[in-house]
Amino acid sequence: MSDPVNDFALKIATVNGTGSASANGLLMQSIFRMGVPVSGKNLFPSNIQGLPTWYEIRVSGAGHTSRAEAPDLMVVLNPATQTRDVAEVRAGGWVLHDSSWQLRRDAQRDDVTYLGIPFAELCTERFEGSRARVLLRNIAYLGALAALLDVEVPVLEELITQTYGRKKKLLDSNFEALRLGYDRARDAFHCPLPIRLRRMSANDDAVLIDGNTAAALGCVYAGATVAAWYPITPSTSLVDAFSAFAGQFRKDPDTGRLRVAILQAEDELAAAGMVIGAGWNGARSFTATSGPGISLMGEFIGLAYYAEIPSVFFDIQRTGPSTGMPTRTQQGDLLAVAYASHGDTRHIALFPADPHECFHFAVAAFDLAERYQTPVFVVSDLDIGMNDWVVPRLRWDDAYRPDRGKVLSAAELEAGARFARYLDIDGDGIPHRTLPGVHPRGGYFTRGSGHDSHARYTEDSVAYREVVDRIARKIDGAATAVPEPELVVDDALGAERPATVGVVTIGGCRGAVVEARERLRDHGVVADVLRIRGFPFHPSVRSFLDRYERVFVVEQNRDAQLRTLLVVECGVDPARLEPLLFYGGMPLSWGPVVKGILAALGMADPDAASQPTGAAPAPSPGSTPRLEIARGGA
Amino acid sequence: MSFIRKPRIPLPKSQKNVLGLTRQDYEGAMSTLCAGCGHDSITAAIVEAFWQLDVEPHRVAKLSGIGCSGKTPAYFLGQAHGFNGVHGRMPAVATGAQAANPALTYIGISGDGDSLSIGLGQLCHAIRRNVDMLYVLENNGVYGLTKGQFSASADVGSASKKGEANRQPPIDPVFLALSLGATFVARSFSGDKAQLIPILKAGIAHKGFALVDVISPCVTFNDHEASTKSYRYTRDHHTAVVEADFVPLRGPISAEYGSGDVREVAMHDGSTVRFRKVAEDFDPTRRDRVYRYLRERQDAGEVATGLLFMEPDAPDMHEVLGTVESPLVDLPYETLCPGAEALDSLMEKFR
Ligand SMILES: Cc1ncc(C[n+]2csc(CCOP(=O)(O)OP(=O)(O)O)c2C)c(N)n1
Ligand code: SF4
Ligand SMILES: [Mg+2]
Repeated sequence: MSDPVNDFALKIATVNGTGSASANGLLMQSIFRMGVPVSGKNLFPSNIQGLPTWYEIRVSGAGHTSRAEAPDLMVVLNPATQTRDVAEVRAGGWVLHDSSWQLRRDAQRDDVTYLGIPFAELCTERFEGSRARVLLRNIAYLGALAALLDVEVPVLEELITQTYGRKKKLLDSNFEALRLGYDRARDAFHCPLPIRLRRMSANDDAVLIDGNTAAALGCVYAGATVAAWYPITPSTSLVDAFSAFAGQFRKDPDTGRLRVAILQAEDELAAAGMVIGAGWNGARSFTATSGPGISLMGEFIGLAYYAEIPSVFFDIQRTGPSTGMPTRTQQGDLLAVAYASHGDTRHIALFPADPHECFHFAVAAFDLAERYQTPVFVVSDLDIGMNDWVVPRLRWDDAYRPDRGKVLSAAELEAGARFARYLDIDGDGIPHRTLPGVHPRGGYFTRGSGHDSHARYTEDSVAYREVVDRIARKIDGAATAVPEPELVVDDALGAERPATVGVVTIGGCRGAVVEARERLRDHGVVADVLRIRGFPFHPSVRSFLDRYERVFVVEQNRDAQLRTLLVVECGVDPARLEPLLFYGGMPLSWGPVVKGILAALGMADPDAASQPTGAAPAPSPGSTPRLEIARGGA
Repeated sequence: MSFIRKPRIPLPKSQKNVLGLTRQDYEGAMSTLCAGCGHDSITAAIVEAFWQLDVEPHRVAKLSGIGCSGKTPAYFLGQAHGFNGVHGRMPAVATGAQAANPALTYIGISGDGDSLSIGLGQLCHAIRRNVDMLYVLENNGVYGLTKGQFSASADVGSASKKGEANRQPPIDPVFLALSLGATFVARSFSGDKAQLIPILKAGIAHKGFALVDVISPCVTFNDHEASTKSYRYTRDHHTAVVEADFVPLRGPISAEYGSGDVREVAMHDGSTVRFRKVAEDFDPTRRDRVYRYLRERQDAGEVATGLLFMEPDAPDMHEVLGTVESPLVDLPYETLCPGAEALDSLMEKFR
């Protein structure tokens, strides 16, 4: 193994509802404050209390963000899952466990080092009250990890002070628990372990934030004033964050009243209707939901498309179909979003890869929705939305002004010729729009039924087609207005040595694919990566596909939805696009991507030697490549 | 469907209201409903109500669901923005629109299928939120536009044109609204403009959700002998249990009232509703009494009509949400964006 300082992964296996999430968050944040790049994945169940939950932390001095491969250190605190937890650790790794109870025989391996500390017993001895003991056990294992991994204790203490600072008693017991775990580890083991931290300064200009919070901030900064929603994991925290920011930034200082309306709707149909009603009236409005909500909103989405009403939809994807696995991630809504609703529809969609993009794409979504007078989707997922990511600090340009699109003012209506709502006056497919109440000459009848260019009811083929053809042109035009794809290519090689393969990916797969690209170089495979960031596809997508003999499409769904979109929208030969699909519900790591591409190229499996060698096979639900489409095409 | 001009009220065309507008200025496109459809009479009453109230037509937003009823906003207030959305979902659109800009006057038109079947949930929740709007339910006991299927307001025993009797109990929008805490509940009949127009005016002035259930016979599919929503049946059973006059804030206080008790209820904007001929055991401000009284009338085989209940001071949606006085759509962007400096200091919390 290469130098494991600032390059390792640990996984904490606990029980849901025991307060471990905040302890794990503290650990993440202290590593962040030590200036070391870090990423965390909270793998939680759809449950309030009692089911197993895991938290993975990957430390990567090189700044890699994708999910870790097999963990180097496992913290085993849940007897119910100890067997599979221990099995996952890489050979030569460590298991920190609560030795208040015996590890089961099948959780014992001879190729890992066991570090036992009786956390539960220690806390029972030291603290009063069963709930307090459970909570403080988390802080105690945090203390042990600090000793084992060289987490700077003052950093941890400062964080704990910031968290519990107001309550002296609570603070004292937290400090005590931290010490308890720390001292015990120092006494019992050789600390630190070879895997450990060393202060860096990689995070000076970074923040630790989740995508939903960042997206909510984007809504605040974009000037959104109406939010309508219905609770659904993993989108709820977006609206929760928006409400909190509204309380902070949108309160009239004199009256204490809000410059925003947040409507908890009776269901997603109503939420969509409210967003559309508000957008029609000239407010920047949005909803946040997940796949089941998108399905329910279908009829309204078609109305907004056809009647040309600005509206913003955040789809924080989770594992489908149906209720699916509500707390697992997936990119399963790509097709559903691109063509949501019956009839001929096609929608502008933005695909952030991390919280930084969630912030900026949220703002862009409102501008695009108003410029193109249409629903715009920001397609994120559970991994991006709910996990904390280290991303560049969010910054704002005070020169920004919302793009309200072609909205006619009272003066323009007064002066202008007769207003025709759906007429293509400027030749770009985007008609002029009026807002209710502005001027008597602005009135028109908005409808989802057939209408002509003057918004009159029609059942006439020619008049009908004039409108729908114009809308098609309008949406086509958005291809150059959505964020351009990100291109990751080796500049050093330039055009001299073209890459062996092209890899297209989307959203949260970014980290895994970019890292896989580096590892592929070790195998002599040069891969250029294109990450889709908007739909309709920018013209450069097509040229990228044409440039490579072999193109892999990496995405997180069973049916190769991105690949389908590429085939349909770019008109490429399906045989040229080779799918690499990961849809088990877990955030993607680089390993399966490397394996998949090497296998397709007929090269050896590089990881065969470093597989975990536990008694039971490592469960890796997220890493099941599905490669069934003939690869001989290229 | 035939294309005839809608029935016009024989009133002087040239007469102007305070804004200098004639009734014609409150009309819309030509109706395409069946000749004699109750919905057209309601449209005419709406035109009259807005004209009498001197509302600027373009300051009204008119919304509807889908159905014959849903088409009618095209037939009044031609200068107003209209929104004919999707079936049963007008309340949500109106809620969002009202959230964005409460300075406009909102009128929603729905049908009994639109409101009591596919859109029942949305109606209930708009009532709960007390969205400030006039909600007219054009109730004909059938789905007109899909050709005469029973709706959820069809009475037990009422028969379809083909003779099939409905056996499921109806959802009565008045009882529903009362039980959900609606702050303005009325029932009327499309054929009784004298009763309907003041109710509409009061409903427009009401700050909150004003439900007006209007029996509106469908001449094509539900006006036959065995129907309980026919013109004839309604005329025979429609019992005005209360008469209400709407006295606008600046209106003349000279209207003549017959003898008997007059009860005045002050509205949010300073207008007044005067209840006349109120039965002794009826109090239009007491929800429980109204409910009991209407049940009794129903048991006696009557369709009780009139402005049945009002609670003028209940908080509307904006008050509950705590939004600022100024419409959200009028807020300058500068007051919405916290700016670069605020973001920078906020970012410290994420470190
Ligand atoms: C989602 C959906 N389902 C079904 C329809 C078909 N549809 C149109 S109008 C209507 C019923 C309208 O009945 P009602 O609300 O009573 O209005 P009326 O025509 O009687 O005025 C139905 C079922 C539709 N437009 N949309
Ligand atoms: S079908 Fe009935 S409801 Fe529809 S327009 Fe004709 S009469 Fe009116
Ligand atoms: Mg009907």
